[in-house]
Amino acid sequence: MSADEQTKLQPRIELETIGLQAYFGETRAVHGVSLRMPRHRLTALIGPSGCGKSTFIRCLNRLHEEIPGARAEGQVLLEGEDIYRRGVDPVLIRRRIGMVFQRPNPFPTMSIYENVASGLLLAGVKDRRTLDPIVERSLKQAALWDEVKDQLKRTGTRLSGGQQQRLCIARALAVEPPVLLMDEPTSALDPISTARIEELLLELKKAVTVVMVTHNMQQAARISDQTAFFLLGDMVESGPTDAIFTNPKDQRTEQYITGRFG
Amino acid sequence: MILLVTGCALAVLPLLAILMHLLREGASSIDLNFFTQVQKPVGELGGGMAHAILGTAAQVGLAAGLGVPLGLACGIYLAEYGGRERLAGPVRFALELLASTPSILVGVFVYGVIVVPMKKFSLFSGALALMVILLPLVARTSEELLRLIPQHLREAGLALGLPRWKVILSVVLRSAWPGVWAAILLGIARIAGETAPLVLTSFGNPTFPRGLDQPSASLPLQIYTYAISPFDEWHRLAWAGALVLVFTVLALNAITRLTGGSNERRRAD
Ligand SMILES: Nc1ncnc2c1ncn2[C@@H]1O[C@H](COP(=O)(O)OP(=O)(O)O)[C@@H](O)[C@H]1O
Ligand SMILES: [Mg+2]
Repeated sequence: MSADEQTKLQPRIELETIGLQAYFGETRAVHGVSLRMPRHRLTALIGPSGCGKSTFIRCLNRLHEEIPGARAEGQVLLEGEDIYRRGVDPVLIRRRIGMVFQRPNPFPTMSIYENVASGLLLAGVKDRRTLDPIVERSLKQAALWDEVKDQLKRTGTRLSGGQQQRLCIARALAVEPPVLLMDEPTSALDPISTARIEELLLELKKAVTVVMVTHNMQQAARISDQTAFFLLGDMVESGPTDAIFTNPKDQRTEQYITGRFG
Repeated sequence: MILLVTGCALAVLPLLAILMHLLREGASSIDLNFFTQVQKPVGELGGGMAHAILGTAAQVGLAAGLGVPLGLACGIYLAEYGGRERLAGPVRFALELLASTPSILVGVFVYGVIVVPMKKFSLFSGALALMVILLPLVARTSEELLRLIPQHLREAGLALGLPRWKVILSVVLRSAWPGVWAAILLGIARIAGETAPLVLTSFGNPTFPRGLDQPSASLPLQIYTYAISPFDEWHRLAWAGALVLVFTVLALNAITRLTGGSNERRRAD
């Protein structure tokens, strides 16, 4: 078997946690989770409310520690390199790992154009000839270009909820992160917007490694390659999405996906 | 209902009365001399407020130049880093005390630490006293306004890989700016009319200040000097000065409203 075929069968691990624990002050919200997230695959994190999915995903770009009193222990390897090693600048890590939140949060003082370009604009890139194609590409990737191409100067917060969320996706994509984290990106949206975002995720994961928290198990089943089930701060099990949904190993996973709790 | 309307009328009445009276007494004395002449020796006709206007502009300008950045820095520190810093509590307490200190005490304080050691009244010490009054106004309002900016906007900025200071300036402060700007203008309007702290610091001066370390006139103090004199000519100038001062302060308030309003409209757009 050639090396090429081997990588096809066993995709490279882009992001991996080893014994990751997360604390809010003295309370431990994530209890030692080890999970591998393969390159250019979509990993879904499922589980009932309050089980630590958001806390976990926010450790992957070191955003968790921005909450006063919050800290993380263990390792998170990005392309094999521990992002929690001493001396690593979280700002540089976050340039490589984009994030989309549950509530759309475009910058209210900025136009649609400025929102998409904000990661570059605020880092000092001001040249329109550089920015224009990036803005167009990102908006197209986020399936929003056709709807906003004639009103790029309008305030981003004037768009509908679903459009705002796609604007936030475009904003995250504009800096070309190899990894994209999404925390329930469609839970505040209507079914049509949700379907659009799912479509664009299927397209996106050809080039980006996606980790997505979702409350919606059909969604996980529809679009993810790998699923991890969380319960009370522990990761109960993880594996290929088909296997988790058709043949879970753990009884608690089965109970959850068959809707017996959560 | 009638009671409420009467109450409102009673509240507006003094303002109207003051404006009417000032206009009647002062308007006729506002001429070119008023803006170009300094105080004339007793007995000579004429004279003006040029030195006082310049003195106030210099003191308020210096006070704002120092007080606005410092006040903003305090407000940002308290709102953005206050949650995890031990220093935040004492700083906030000190600002609160400062804000509720009668302004004459600010004058006494600056007199003690600047005027006495330097052995002279000075424009600089007056500006410093005004800055001490302005700083807590700017710091406290900006802290409150920054706190109103939702956390998810900060996280959006951080998640883009922007350094914290950049997120604070370009996302948080920018979102809160219309309110912060209004607070700054109102603070400047407030110190432009301060009189008591200047008695003990910049003291007053019948002519143009010759340097930052020299005594300086100011509009409120010069009004006082002219008003308590026994001369009709000076009374006339006092009325005119009061009129200019009131309209300056009113204009600052109006600008605050207008610019604040247009910002809101732009954001709602
Ligand atoms: N800012 C916070 N401070 C303290 N505890 C928190 C905070 N955010 C979340 N938690 C706690 O951490 C646990 C995990 O929460 P979270 O990660 O948000 O769960 P999920 O996203 O799976 O619903 C919950 O018990 C929650 O109460
Ligand atoms: Mg959550």
